[in-house]
Amino acid sequence: MPTFVYMTNCDGCGYCVDICPSDIMHIDTTYRRAYNIEPNFCWECYSCVKACPQNAIDARGYADFAPLGHSVRALREEDKGTIAWRIRFRDGREKHFLSPIRTTPWGSIKGPAEYTTPTAAAMNSQELAHEPDALNVPALPTLDRNRLKKGVVA
Amino acid sequence: MSRKTVFVDSDILVVGGGMAGCGATYESRYWGRDLKIVCVEKANIERSGAVAQGLYAINCYMGMQWGENQPEDHVRYARNDLMGLVREDLGYDIARHVDSTVHKFEEWGLPMMRDPKTGRYQREGKWQIMIHGESYKPIVAEAARKAASEIHNRIMVTHLLMDSKRPNRVAGAVGFNVRTGDFYVFRAKAVIVAAGGASHLFKPRSVGEGMGRTWYAPWSSASAYALPILAGAKMTQMENRIVLTRFKDGYGPVGAYFLHLKTYTQNAYGQDYEAFWRDSIEKMVGDYVNHHPVPTCLRNHALLEEVKAGRGPIRMVTKEAFKDPHKETVGWENFLGMTIGQAIVWASQNIDPKETNPELTTSEPYVMGSHATCSGAWASGPEDYAPSEYQWGYNRMMTVEGLFGAGDAIGGTAHKFSSGSFAEGRIAAKAAVKYVNDMGQDRPAVSESEYAALREAVYQPLENYRVGRNEIVAGTVSPSFILPLHGLQRLEKIMDEYVGGISAHYTTNEPMLTRGLELLQMLKEDMDHIGAPDLHQLQRAWELHHRVLASECVAQHTLFRQETRWPGYYYRGDFPKLDDNDWHCFTLSQYDRENGRWKMEKAPVYHIVD
Repeated sequence: MPTFVYMTNCDGCGYCVDICPSDIMHIDTTYRRAYNIEPNFCWECYSCVKACPQNAIDARGYADFAPLGHSVRALREEDKGTIAWRIRFRDGREKHFLSPIRTTPWGSIKGPAEYTTPTAAAMNSQELAHEPDALNVPALPTLDRNRLKKGVVA
Repeated sequence: MSRKTVFVDSDILVVGGGMAGCGATYESRYWGRDLKIVCVEKANIERSGAVAQGLYAINCYMGMQWGENQPEDHVRYARNDLMGLVREDLGYDIARHVDSTVHKFEEWGLPMMRDPKTGRYQREGKWQIMIHGESYKPIVAEAARKAASEIHNRIMVTHLLMDSKRPNRVAGAVGFNVRTGDFYVFRAKAVIVAAGGASHLFKPRSVGEGMGRTWYAPWSSASAYALPILAGAKMTQMENRIVLTRFKDGYGPVGAYFLHLKTYTQNAYGQDYEAFWRDSIEKMVGDYVNHHPVPTCLRNHALLEEVKAGRGPIRMVTKEAFKDPHKETVGWENFLGMTIGQAIVWASQNIDPKETNPELTTSEPYVMGSHATCSGAWASGPEDYAPSEYQWGYNRMMTVEGLFGAGDAIGGTAHKFSSGSFAEGRIAAKAAVKYVNDMGQDRPAVSESEYAALREAVYQPLENYRVGRNEIVAGTVSPSFILPLHGLQRLEKIMDEYVGGISAHYTTNEPMLTRGLELLQMLKEDMDHIGAPDLHQLQRAWELHHRVLASECVAQHTLFRQETRWPGYYYRGDFPKLDDNDWHCFTLSQYDRENGRWKMEKAPVYHIVD
C-alpha cells in the first residue's frame, strides 16, 4: 500500500511521521502505531523505511501494476556511513547491494558564518561564496554583452 | 476559532527547503551575516523536495577545472534541447557557478564516484557525474540548518503578502502549520520562492495506488508557480511541459542506462526506430533534429510514432550490458539511489535486465523548470552581461519587487537539475542580500486586513466540511463540498483531455483549449467549496489550489503559442509545425487576481553564443 507498518514491530515513536515528505505517515489513534493514511500519494521514497528505528516499515509495490511476492529492504546505518539493500523477486531470486552514503562525520559541515566575512568588493562582484577558489579555475567566467544576438540562430 | 496567529519577522524568507531553498538559505547567511534568515518548508527539510529520495547522478557539472566543458557549451546544449528557446543569460550564470557548488557538496561529505584512470569525477555522460547520493538531501539540509536563523518545517505556505505602502512589492507570506493548525504570518524584506514544480496537473497513467508513482514527486504541488502568479509576477514558457521516456510503470530513470551502460532502444521487432522517423521529424521542425544530442522531445516523438504505428512495446536493450557485473550493479543501484519503486516493479514482475529487455513508456506531462524543460517566473538576469530587456533589478528578481526565485520557480533555464537549482538558490540569495542592504530602514508594511482575510480563506475548507458533513448520513458524496482528491481528479481529467495529456496523445488545439479553460473556470469556482476533514486534507486542499492556478496558466500559454515547438512534449493540432518566424520568442503571462484575467505577450530571445 506502498509503504505499510508491521503491527508487532512498530512502537509508535513517530519518526516516520516526522520525516515523510508527503505527510502520509500518521499515528493511528486506536493502536498508537503508525500507518500510511494515503497510499496513492506515496512515492515509495523510503524516507520512512530508512528512518524507522524498529525496521517496522516495508513497501508492497503499487497494486495497479506490481504482482505480490516481492520485497525491497533497506538498512541505512549512519554510523557506518552505508546503506544495504536486499531485493527479492517474486520467484525468490535475490540481489544484494551496499553503497556509501556519506564520507564525513554527520554534523561536520562548516556553516557559512564560520568563514571570514566577505569584503564589500566581493559583495559587489559576481562571485558567490567561496569563489573563485572553490571553482578550481583562476577566475569566474563572464561574457561580453556585445555578443548578444536577438532571434534565430543562423 | 482558537487557532493562534504566529508572527515571524525576517530579512529574507526562503519558501521551500529543497535543493534551491537550501542553496538560498546557505548563501543568504554567507553574505548577510547579521540578517535574519528564515526557511519555511511544508515537509521536513531533511527529506523534502525532488531529491528527498536521493540521486545517483548530478546532471549539471561543467568540469571547468579539467577543461571538460565551459558554460558556453552548456548554453548550446540546453538551447538545442529546448528547440532554440532558453534564457541564455540565466543558463550561463548557473553553469559558471555550478562547479563551485558541486565541489562544496563533495567537501561536505557527498560520496562522488571517480574515474579510476583519470581520478576525475566519474562521467555518466557529457554533463552528468555519478554519485552515491542516498543522503544527498540530508547533507545539503545540514548545510542549510547551519545557515538559517530559523527553519520552520511542516508549514504549508499558501499566499505571498504584498506591501500595503507600495504597489508591486512583496512583504512576506502566510501559511498554516500542518501539525498544530496555527496560522503563520511571515513578514520579510525579501522573499525567495524556492518551492516545487508540478506533478499531478495531468492525469497519470496509473490512477489507483500507483498514482503516487509519478515521475516528479507527488508533493511537487506547483507552489513554485501559484505563489508568484497570485502576486502578479510575469511567468514564462508555462506551455513547455515535459514528457519523460522512462522504464514502464516505475518511471525509473534512463540516463545512466543510455549514457554509462550504453544500452539502447528498439521496437518490438528488434528494429532501431529513431532513424526511421528522422526525415519526417525534419519536415516538422527543420534543422533542430540534426544536432547532437537529438532534443529530448524529438526522441519522445519518434517513440510515440512508433507505438502508434503498431510496433510497440519499445524496449531498452539491457541483456548485453548486464552481462558485465559492474554494469549490472550500476543499473540496480541507479534505481535504489533515486527511484526505488522501479526496483520494486522489476522484482515483482521477475524482470531481470540480464535476461529480459525491459519496456519503456512515455509519462504523463509535468510542469517544472529544472529538467529538460523551463517553465517558471520571468526573472531579471545577471548584472555583468544580461541584455537590458532581461534586466530590471537584482539578479533572479521576478517582476515583483523584492520577490526572488530559484530552481523550479525560475523560467527559461532548463537543465539545471539538483546542482544547478542549488546554485541558482545561491545566486538569488546573494542578490536578495544586496536588495535588503540597499533597502536600509524602509521595511515593507503588512496590513492586518490583508492577512486577516487570508486567514479566513485558508481555513475555509475545514468549515466547508464541518457544515456540509452534517447534511449527509455518511460517506464522501455531498451536494455542498468536494474533497481535495475529487478536485484533483477533475483537474487531471480536464488537463488530460483538453490540454494535451496521455489520452489525447499529447495533442490539443484552440477549440479544445477554449473548452478546457471553461471547465477550469468552473473548477476554480468550485474551489470555494473544497471540504477538508482535517489538517492533512487542508494541506491537500491548498496544494490543489496551487495546481489549479498553475494549470490555468499552462492552458493560457498553450493557447497563446500558435505552433508545435516541442513535438513529443505536446502538439497543437491546428499548428502542427515549428514556426521560427513568428514564435522564436518567449511567451509571458501575467495574472490579475482582482478579475481573474490573463495578459499574454511575447518577449525576445537573445543568443549569447553561436
